[in-house]
Amino acid sequence: MRVDWLHAGPTMLAAFLASFVEFVEALTVVLAVGTVRGWRDALAGSGAALVALLVVIAVLGPALTLIPLESVQLVVGGLLLLFGMRWLRKAILRAAGIIALHDEAKAFAKESAELRGLHIVHGGWDKVAFAASFKITMLEGIEVVFIVVAMGAGGAGLLLPASLGALAALALVVALGVLVHRPLATIPENRLKFVVGVLLSAFGTFWVGEGLGIEWPGEDWSILGLIAGFLGVAWIAVALCRRATPSKTMTISGS
Amino acid sequence: MAWVKTTFSELVSLFVEDGSLAVAILAWLGLTAVVLARFESLSPWRGMVLFVGLAAILVENTWRRARADRGK
Repeated sequence: MRVDWLHAGPTMLAAFLASFVEFVEALTVVLAVGTVRGWRDALAGSGAALVALLVVIAVLGPALTLIPLESVQLVVGGLLLLFGMRWLRKAILRAAGIIALHDEAKAFAKESAELRGLHIVHGGWDKVAFAASFKITMLEGIEVVFIVVAMGAGGAGLLLPASLGALAALALVVALGVLVHRPLATIPENRLKFVVGVLLSAFGTFWVGEGLGIEWPGEDWSILGLIAGFLGVAWIAVALCRRATPSKTMTISGS
Repeated sequence: MAWVKTTFSELVSLFVEDGSLAVAILAWLGLTAVVLARFESLSPWRGMVLFVGLAAILVENTWRRARADRGK
């Protein structure tokens, strides 16, 4: 199978970064569940959700290749735009200090407190722990599945690099979780979301354009132009938002 | 039925957080598809037209949100 690295490289990067952010958020809750209620059921819940997510990718990914590429690009590109610009909007507002940054340490403390308040089962199967781990892994994982399937559907041979990007992110987050054994609060989550939002918006625009029959100048190279364009627009938006709310502008450190 | 409702709302929330942003994006895509199909002369500029509209939607939406925040 021929791999077009102009598509495959950014696809893998976008899938890796987006998945990394989602898995970091899931890790925080799984750590809280494991610490408060026990590791067996916490890991079993996450494991069951990961298997379910892999089945969804295995079914949806190849199924999309049966639909004509132009139709897939138009629909998936439109969904990618909605998804990517939602992320980018939030990252812009966070960078400008309009909405609060996501704090993994706070999320861990809140989740732990809630779990301590629930009845703990000794010796038996802890349904609360299993369900909490399963739910967070499914919730964050379904976003990863959408990104992998959507990025993989944009062209021939892209499902593999998108899947590899997501799997690499999963492996890295699991390794970091095992090593540091606490929430990854120092990860610059908003910067990652900013970059992912830019990448997904650029790919979404490109694929919608392809689906509409637009002939892009420079063909595939215009993806790089779209990435630069969305990055520039996002910076302008951050500056404008900061000027619109001078009293609320805060220094963003570490994210 | 509650889980169906929850699953549906979770799926929708993947793509829609601010309704006006989602509506503006979809409206722009629809408008672009119709207009660009009618005006072949725009051919070299089609991609640029698509991008500029989306960029304007993003800037307007975030700026409006920031202005609304200042009013609080």
